[in-house]
Amino acid sequence: MKISVQKEDFDLGAETRAFSNPAIGAIATFVGVVREIAMTLEHYPGMTEKALRRIVEEAQGRWQVLDCTVIHRYGALQPTDQIVMVAVASPHRGDAFAACEFIMDYLKTQAPFWKKEAGKGWVEARASDDAAAERWQLKPPSAKSAGKT
Amino acid sequence: MKVKVLFFASVKERLGTEAEELELPAAVSTVAALRAHLRARGGAYEEVFAEKRLVKAAVNQDMVPSSAGIKSGDEVAFFPPVTGG
Repeated sequence: MKISVQKEDFDLGAETRAFSNPAIGAIATFVGVVREIAMTLEHYPGMTEKALRRIVEEAQGRWQVLDCTVIHRYGALQPTDQIVMVAVASPHRGDAFAACEFIMDYLKTQAPFWKKEAGKGWVEARASDDAAAERWQLKPPSAKSAGKT
Repeated sequence: MKVKVLFFASVKERLGTEAEELELPAAVSTVAALRAHLRARGGAYEEVFAEKRLVKAAVNQDMVPSSAGIKSGDEVAFFPPVTGG
């Protein structure tokens, strides 16, 4: 598993080529891109990595995940810049697709990142993101289990 | 007891501060009590921590409900709902 919170850009191809487990038969990936408006991303160093790790562990508990890379950028970003990538490697595509979507849905509501758009201010959280996370019918990974791990 | 309090994003901007070490009375032993304690400072604090405003909290880098306890040495953070991805 690789979790990285960084200013620098990333190379999706290089990240997936780094998966080396011979049991891998499918890799599903997602890349989020800055749409139309320049922005600055702030995060909570320490908690961000912890939250992302917990989200991936939650996915590993539900699907067969042989390897996983999550990279999220912070700092100043321009339209067309990559913001986030998730790559999930599994024996078969069903688990890879589901785990990849799950990780993104949970990242949207649980990982401490905040977007500020140039000239427009802080982006408001969207109810549709909460709904997307809730459809997995699971308690937020960081809430109740916090004390036990 | 002593706690470290952190503020992020719009909460940080509205308060004009990002971190402080706080010496709290023993009665301030939950996140909800700490919210009330900060609200009582008045001004921007009263606005940011108003009852109906949505400000999330984390204790020692785990998101928690307001009922969560706090103890000496904890790191408590307040921030708006997250918008990453």
